[in-house]
Amino acid sequence: MRIPCPICGERDVGEFTYGGDATLSRPAMDETDTSVWNRFVYDRENPRGPHLEYWQHTGGCRAWFKLQRNVLTHEVGACELVGPWSGSPGKDVPAEQKGPVK
Amino acid sequence: MGGRSAHTERREFIKMGNYSVFSLVKNAMTGHQNWQRAWRSPAPKPEYDVIIVGGGGHGLATAYYLAKEHGITNVAVIEKGWLGGGNVGRNTTIVRSNYMLPANTRFYEWSMKLWEGLSQDLNYNVMFSSRGVLNLAHTPAQIDAFARRGNSMRLQGVDAELLDRDQVARMVPGLDVSESARFPIIGGLCQPRGGTARHDAVAWGYARGASDRGVDIIEQCETTGFLFDETGKVTGVKTTRGDIRAAKVGVAVAGNTSNVLRTAGVNSLPIESHVLQAFVSEPLKPLIDTVVTFGAGHLYISQSDKGGLVFGGDIDGYNSYAQRGNLPIVEHVASMAVAMFPNLSRLRVLRHWGGIMDMSMDGSPIITTGPLDGLYLNAGWCYGGFKATPASGWCFAWTIAKNQPHALNADFTLERFHQGRTIDERGAGPQPRLH
Repeated sequence: MRIPCPICGERDVGEFTYGGDATLSRPAMDETDTSVWNRFVYDRENPRGPHLEYWQHTGGCRAWFKLQRNVLTHEVGACELVGPWSGSPGKDVPAEQKGPVK
Repeated sequence: MGGRSAHTERREFIKMGNYSVFSLVKNAMTGHQNWQRAWRSPAPKPEYDVIIVGGGGHGLATAYYLAKEHGITNVAVIEKGWLGGGNVGRNTTIVRSNYMLPANTRFYEWSMKLWEGLSQDLNYNVMFSSRGVLNLAHTPAQIDAFARRGNSMRLQGVDAELLDRDQVARMVPGLDVSESARFPIIGGLCQPRGGTARHDAVAWGYARGASDRGVDIIEQCETTGFLFDETGKVTGVKTTRGDIRAAKVGVAVAGNTSNVLRTAGVNSLPIESHVLQAFVSEPLKPLIDTVVTFGAGHLYISQSDKGGLVFGGDIDGYNSYAQRGNLPIVEHVASMAVAMFPNLSRLRVLRHWGGIMDMSMDGSPIITTGPLDGLYLNAGWCYGGFKATPASGWCFAWTIAKNQPHALNADFTLERFHQGRTIDERGAGPQPRLH
């Protein structure tokens, strides 16, 4: 399986760390209903097919991104950066270079 | 009348099918042409008392103990593939009960006790071999943790021995215990009663034992949904071979738990499905006569009776239903094997495969009534389901028969995650890939 890092391009899965289901959103920090927090922490849909998930390029640029991946076929699809860098232009290395970010 | 003839037929079957030295001699005389099939292959009836979804080790064991311990024989086991094609035939055959937390220790120790008498109980040789399970330690902190776990085990009546480096060296001659090893070994924790069993034989033995007692084992029959009455109680299953009704439906489908329960309207569970890979090498002369686990780097290895080294490591670490993994784990496991046993460096891998683990959020299983009325759930085995097979079936059968858990599985609820009662052996938190 090869993962398309939005910054470094397509790299071997061994360079990445998995971050889990990306369809969940963390409750507001002033949320006091424990059932809301429990659902966020413990409950997963765990679909058998398309799955939106977090990955971090720990062996490269260390960016976090969301990846669409089919967990039945391991086919990877679209990805997008998350965090403070998302949406900012100029960070993308053209995919054909595939070089590590120094 | 129908019941009586089925009973007579069953008794005949038991008499014909009993394995012994006499049946072996008798069948040898006739060129082994007349062995009975180990289990019947009936068409599904329209209704049963209990349906077990999933004909893996746990489902078959559940059916066996329902019949044997509770006298409930009007049972069907519904399997989408063939027996032994799922995780019961994909694991690395290790049996142990070296847990620390009381809920796990007493459950797995009961499993160990069932293992110790299983071949006799089933009249089927599951080749259980108490060859010992050795956990290696590489740091003083690890030795301390092992001493603590070993003490916890011994306090709960489980065997455990803390070994120093020389004892480890005597126990496993092929292991690199030198100080210049990549990961120097300073000791280990051994459970001498642990060992291995032949996984296929476990599936076949339980299937035969259940079938002999009247359980219908229905292969090539996928469960596609559930039947409900007007109150929302589960009253059966929809399958690729038609609807089958039952007062009670137990689900024991390992990595497919989320997927199967979704068809009952249960959309989220404290489970993620992950892929775990396993490997078998070309056959060797006897080299490793125990089970060695290298937790710090994650490798476990033993030798099968055919001579192949059976080994594995970590799960790949991402959600997967694909029954095949990726190369980084292959490389990691191979390098860990060579770090521990340098004499394996030129050994060739014969086969490798993946299985789908139902990784729970605390690393411990779920054996419970619910989550719907009429439904019973057996799941969350992470990558430790094989050794649990006897106790899992035994406890699940109890739970189904009596509508309440046995004391041994009373802590393995589905609600514990929302109640702050998680059983987190590893202390890794709600991250399935870390358990």
